[in-house]
Amino acid sequence: MAPDQVRKLLVLLKIEKRPEPSRSMIYATPVLALLLTILTGIALFTFLGVDPLEALKNFFIVPINNPYGFTELLVKATPLVLCAIGLSVGFRANVWNIGAEGQLTMGAIVGGGVFIYLHDVDSVFLLPLMVIFGIIGGALWAAIPAFLKTRFNANEILTSLMLVYVAILVLSLLVHGPWRDPDGFNFPESRTFSESATMPILWEGTRLHFGSIIALLVVFGTWIMLSKTLIGFQIKVIGAAPKAGSYAGFSQKKIVWFCLLFGGAMAGLAGVAEVSGPVGQLLPSISPGYGFTAIIVAFLGRLHPIGIVFAGLLMALTYLGGETAQINLGLPVAVTGVFQGMVLFYLLACDVLVNYRFRFAQFGKAAS
Amino acid sequence: MNGFEWIVPVILTVITAATPLVFAGIGELVTEKSGVLNLGVEGMMVIGAVAGFVTATLTGNYLLAILAAALAGSFMAFLFGILTLSLMANQVATGLALTLFGVGLSALIGQDFVGVPVEKLPQLNIEGLSDLPIIGAILFGQDILVYFSFVMVGAVSWFLYKTKAGLILRAVGDSHDAAHSIGYSVIGIRYLAVIFGGAMSGIGGAYLSLAYTPMWAENMTAGRGWIALALIVFATWKPGLVLVGAYMFGGITILQLHAQAAGLDLPSQILSMLPYLATVIVLVLISKDESRIRKHAPACIGKIFHPAA
Repeated sequence: MAPDQVRKLLVLLKIEKRPEPSRSMIYATPVLALLLTILTGIALFTFLGVDPLEALKNFFIVPINNPYGFTELLVKATPLVLCAIGLSVGFRANVWNIGAEGQLTMGAIVGGGVFIYLHDVDSVFLLPLMVIFGIIGGALWAAIPAFLKTRFNANEILTSLMLVYVAILVLSLLVHGPWRDPDGFNFPESRTFSESATMPILWEGTRLHFGSIIALLVVFGTWIMLSKTLIGFQIKVIGAAPKAGSYAGFSQKKIVWFCLLFGGAMAGLAGVAEVSGPVGQLLPSISPGYGFTAIIVAFLGRLHPIGIVFAGLLMALTYLGGETAQINLGLPVAVTGVFQGMVLFYLLACDVLVNYRFRFAQFGKAAS
Repeated sequence: MNGFEWIVPVILTVITAATPLVFAGIGELVTEKSGVLNLGVEGMMVIGAVAGFVTATLTGNYLLAILAAALAGSFMAFLFGILTLSLMANQVATGLALTLFGVGLSALIGQDFVGVPVEKLPQLNIEGLSDLPIIGAILFGQDILVYFSFVMVGAVSWFLYKTKAGLILRAVGDSHDAAHSIGYSVIGIRYLAVIFGGAMSGIGGAYLSLAYTPMWAENMTAGRGWIALALIVFATWKPGLVLVGAYMFGGITILQLHAQAAGLDLPSQILSMLPYLATVIVLVLISKDESRIRKHAPACIGKIFHPAA
């Protein structure tokens, strides 16, 4: 018997390529991944010596069973959605920008820097100016990997990630040095942003700010861009069939530039919205890894703007749930990171169902 | 030798900074040679770092700690294998997932061990030899993992280019369809290569938490897994050059330790940026010659294999 036949005999369960990707599975696998994560979570909580039902309740229900908690969910989802929208456009075209955390930081630096230099200006134009500079800052930071990719063929995964560390160090340098609050008792913090440099609060008594509305507009705008414009079409074609794209005369370089600049701009917007919103000043650490979690959000949302909103809310909930579970049950806050990683893992595993189907091989056939 | 006293401590710190990169780089090199791109090196390293540290503090046995790190790294790599090799998931996305998951999981495992002291991995001490001036400490005063890292580079080089198994592994990486049609198990070979990469990354991580800075801190790998990935491009997939590159990066990393002692008045943040900036610069210099990369990179790298039969 040839080795191949032996293998066919041994492997009863066969994976067979579907003639076409399954539409229903595209929507079913995120739900399936979530269920598997929760099941694993139950095992994990039991292992940690916590009543799993109590833990799940604290993770997913307690944080948002009051209006304030719900607004906090939106506050945390805002930067996630903004970053993920930007990344998703690139991921569609196989442009792997994974440096959103750095672009977010650079957006905060450049946008926040406008306030540092104009801190005594009291004008309605200050905040819009900061936002514009934040967007430019993020886009410029992402322009570096775009330039290195298109001009020198340097892998954008590695360059964009290396620049995350550089951006965080630049922020640290600034708040420890020239941008430190002169009245701040030498703490590594900038001055607190003034009223005119702060995002308007949408609901008095909460931290819900205007940035969430901007994020919604971005979601809507990106949806239109992807479905109605030429560049959106080109991105989809290049992503699905790179060769077809180049035969059609689409410039691969142009797509790389567009995807990175757009991703950087959105992450920069998220960064400036954070520092002029809930954070309120420049600190050495302004993000609990939103730029990295956004990668999970983008995939979980199926790289679709609407999907990303739901995925962003869900991942925001894991941040809040982690905090609640820590306070109420003494669970380590690191559980959040495990949950987030697990969701993406299970999603990628379940995605096999989109392109392939499982078949039980028949003994007789395999042996013939 | 007046005026050169500084050179021995500098070389010693370069060695400790380079060793984790040697391990992670040589492991991932084998993985990539088999045609698999595992971007989860950072995640496997950080899991190795915590596994090694926890085992060392609980048992006091370093051999066990190193084994635990290798096992933990292999386990992570095995998960990567299940997803990318058996379930045919996208390798780039899965590698990212492995890193995000590894960082989270290691923080959870290590949370009770933050700030716990551990004795540094013991160094070789041969009466007479280790006390020799200059070369004594450098050649005969290292810990076991430093020697092991050199052995592994030699072994991988020999395996890839002098053995039949190595030839098969490279064939799988260069043309999986051809290797499959001759009857080799592409998936099986790739599983082994991926798991080997995980074990090496795990040991590299353990070197950080047991020897480089003997402690555990969240995210303590600080991008070294990604630098190791860049190293392989720099080395154009050659084991010997991975070693050279790792020592070069080790040298850049320790600049910040010695610059201040040398009276260089630069903010620490600028010096801390150097390894990351150097990685970008090196990538640019190597990658700009596209044909060279194409010539040396395994032809099937990152491609999904699904036997048509």
